[in-house]
Amino acid sequence: MTSFEELTTKERPTWCPGCGDWGILTALKKALVELNLPKHQVVVVAGIGCSGHLPQWINTYAFHSLHGRALPVAQAIKLANHELNVIAVGGDGDGYGIGMGHFIHAMRRNVNITYIVHDNQIYGLTTGQASPTSEKGFKTKSTPHGQIEPPVNPIALALSADCSFVARGFAGDVPHLVKLIVQGIQHKGFALIDVLQPCVTFNYLNTFDYFYRRIYKLEEDSSYDPTNKQEAFKRAFEWGERIPIGLFYKENRKTYEDELPQISQMPLVKQKIDFVDIKNLIEEMC
Amino acid sequence: MSEFSWKIGGEAGYGIMTTGFILGKSFVRAGFFVFDTNEYPSLIRGGHNTYTVRISEDPVFSHSKKIDILVALTDIAIEKHKKEVRKDGFIIYDEGFVNVKELKGINLIPVPLTKIAIEKGGQNIMRNNVALGASFALIDVDPEILYDAIRDTFKGKKGEDIAQTNINVAKAGYEYVLEKFQNINKIKIKSNGKQKRMYINGNEAIAIGAIKAGCKFYAAYPMTPASSILHYLASKENDYNIIVKQTEDEIAAIHMAIGASFAGVRAMTGTSGGGFSLMTEALGLAAITETPLVVVLAQRPGPSTGLPTHTEQGDLRFAMHASNGEFPRVIVAPGDVNECFYETFNAFNIAEKYQLPVIIITDKFLAESHATTDPFFIDGMKIDRGQLLSEDKAKNIQDYKRYENTISGISLRALPSQENTIFKAATDEHDEYGRLSEEPADRIIQVDKRFRKMKVLETEIDGAKFYGDKDAEVIIVSWGSTKGPILEAMKLLHKKDIKVGFLQILYIIPFPVNKTKSFLEDAKKKILIENNKTGQLGSVIKEKTGIDMDYKILKYDGRPFTPEEIVSQIEEVLIHDKL
Ligand SMILES: Cc1ncc(C[n+]2csc(CCOP(=O)(O)OP(=O)(O)O)c2C)c(N)n1
Ligand code: SF4
Repeated sequence: MTSFEELTTKERPTWCPGCGDWGILTALKKALVELNLPKHQVVVVAGIGCSGHLPQWINTYAFHSLHGRALPVAQAIKLANHELNVIAVGGDGDGYGIGMGHFIHAMRRNVNITYIVHDNQIYGLTTGQASPTSEKGFKTKSTPHGQIEPPVNPIALALSADCSFVARGFAGDVPHLVKLIVQGIQHKGFALIDVLQPCVTFNYLNTFDYFYRRIYKLEEDSSYDPTNKQEAFKRAFEWGERIPIGLFYKENRKTYEDELPQISQMPLVKQKIDFVDIKNLIEEMC
Repeated sequence: MSEFSWKIGGEAGYGIMTTGFILGKSFVRAGFFVFDTNEYPSLIRGGHNTYTVRISEDPVFSHSKKIDILVALTDIAIEKHKKEVRKDGFIIYDEGFVNVKELKGINLIPVPLTKIAIEKGGQNIMRNNVALGASFALIDVDPEILYDAIRDTFKGKKGEDIAQTNINVAKAGYEYVLEKFQNINKIKIKSNGKQKRMYINGNEAIAIGAIKAGCKFYAAYPMTPASSILHYLASKENDYNIIVKQTEDEIAAIHMAIGASFAGVRAMTGTSGGGFSLMTEALGLAAITETPLVVVLAQRPGPSTGLPTHTEQGDLRFAMHASNGEFPRVIVAPGDVNECFYETFNAFNIAEKYQLPVIIITDKFLAESHATTDPFFIDGMKIDRGQLLSEDKAKNIQDYKRYENTISGISLRALPSQENTIFKAATDEHDEYGRLSEEPADRIIQVDKRFRKMKVLETEIDGAKFYGDKDAEVIIVSWGSTKGPILEAMKLLHKKDIKVGFLQILYIIPFPVNKTKSFLEDAKKKILIENNKTGQLGSVIKEKTGIDMDYKILKYDGRPFTPEEIVSQIEEVLIHDKL
């Protein structure tokens, strides 16, 4: 049995007290416990940012990649050994800014991994500049006169990029987030979980309180059907007085790995390479 | 005559490449030695393409300047290449479509290529095959070797019927010339007997080397001249269970290769200079996480988009210093198709044994030119995975340190899914466990540990080769694809009683300091030859050995050297010195 304690490292996180990242780490560990995943079968891959430090504080395998580059590493780990559970984490700058190209393509590719975005609508580690999800007019160190561009809408983007599992969580509601992460890991395909993660140090606007007053859970609306993409799109654009969290959309389609005969018998990493017979290839050149 | 050269020139997009390849292949099959090279602009239709094939009774390592038979499909082909045709050489041209006035000292062979193609094959694109047949009528060999090569090329892809039509068309060209030009002095060449040899280019040799090395994952974004590695590996992905992924960009490609390697499979990526520019940050990621990685850098002339379909050796310094920070890497520069094959195989062993990035640097000339060589000798090629932990060994490990500070600098490498060896691979500086650390002591330990690996590696690698006469008047130094033209130039100089030696630098890093010194210290005239503007290898030699080159022969017009160019420049040096 995987326990919460064995996933916990001796070192304590260095995040600011009260930061939303704490809730996400707790939720991830709880989800792994609930799924009873052996810790050596899990790889957490991170980008750079406050969020990117997460894998240091969870006792699983980890690859700490470059800024914006968690997804290509994570997808390849899964392709090389599809028996592993691969979870990518990163910030909104990491995933929706510098890593945006990888994000879009990873979703349509549908490699079976889970992607948790710590969406704090600000650049934390670099001490408070605007991020791709910062709201229009938002004043930061880099936008002292207010952000001019409207924000990226990750949920709508994901829906249009054929993401097969699209969800939004809130770092202030850990039990709900645990459920989403569990579903995301269980989902066969690429699962996006965008997590509203208040940065208590640099984001004065999108605070815990801000979200407590606005969020509602999609699953509490009995009329909502998360297999209906049109409905999902409608909710994806809801932001302001009311902000939906929960599962927006889910569909079952083949994963990228399912389409690869190369690994239909066994994972790539288990295939022997000590003697590769290339006689035919040489013959073809003659 | 023991050799001849054939060139076809025409509009891009009309099968010129296939035509040249078929001609080359037919002669290889018949026991001759062939070297070919192509030139094409960066567009799909129109523009001017050429394919040059040199055929010889003896081994050949590059093309040559003089052409014996020119096939001109357009007026431009005549204009551009008539000067290359030797005295009493031939120009076959498409009668009715190409206009030529009399050319002094050249045999004009007008053949209604398009007309015959339409009559016999129904398609004007088959005129290339008419031209092939017509060419064979000027050479004293059995045309059956051509028909066999055509059959082989078309049968697989297009079926028996199409193959036969193509052969009929070629036959018609052959017969037309035989009948119309009976008093021709045919080119005489004799095969020394059929022998099984490969006709292969650098990219194919690299791809096959990677397959032999157990490469299981190749990620790349298309970019000339590296793309045909992607194409070749993709065509074999199911036969050899390799995941070949075209990614959204080169940044993704290199990160995917790193991810796959971290998970335990041998992985490679390949690109040209522009894509390599995008990969540079991740090169450092492979280095600091000590993840084995093989990167192919097939150069083309820069900066920026430069001359996208041409050749240059302008990225040597870039490859040596790419990425921020200081870290060990290996750079190998194969000079021919054999070295492409064997050094790619070695690159995977080195990358895994030393847990670092290995760059295989080539260029368009090497990547896309076909050469004739004996079938690769594969007996005794051994995969060495270095300190990679097996499942069994990993089970017994306690207190695992992924980045343990060992004497060699190489640490045990565990893989995700192994039970007792959970670790973090970190892009930040870290301690021996892989935990982030900004402590000065940890920093020094890890930097030194990474660099210590090079000390061991240096003892394992013989990074230079020497050809010719050690006491020669002239010692040439070069690297990469210039090897072929230099070896050919040496043959020509030998005939003129000029003795030359050639030091080929095969490994740029680790640099073969001692060997370079031993060959250059007492050399009378040291001549650097490079396909670039600034003589980059020359500056590396100076840095590593203190030795200055006496002369530099540099070329940066986007074209490879011809042996004749090298000869005349060396002769100039010699004359200059006597004055
Ligand atoms: C190529 C590159 N550019 C810039 C940086 C500097 N940098 C580090 S983290 C970061 C942004 C952090 O914001 P986000 O991704 O939202 O993560 P957070 O810290 O908010 O969790 C930046 C710009 C970097 N590490 N690498
Ligand atoms: S700066 Fe913001 S995101 Fe970073 S740890 Fe502190 S509160 Fe969290």
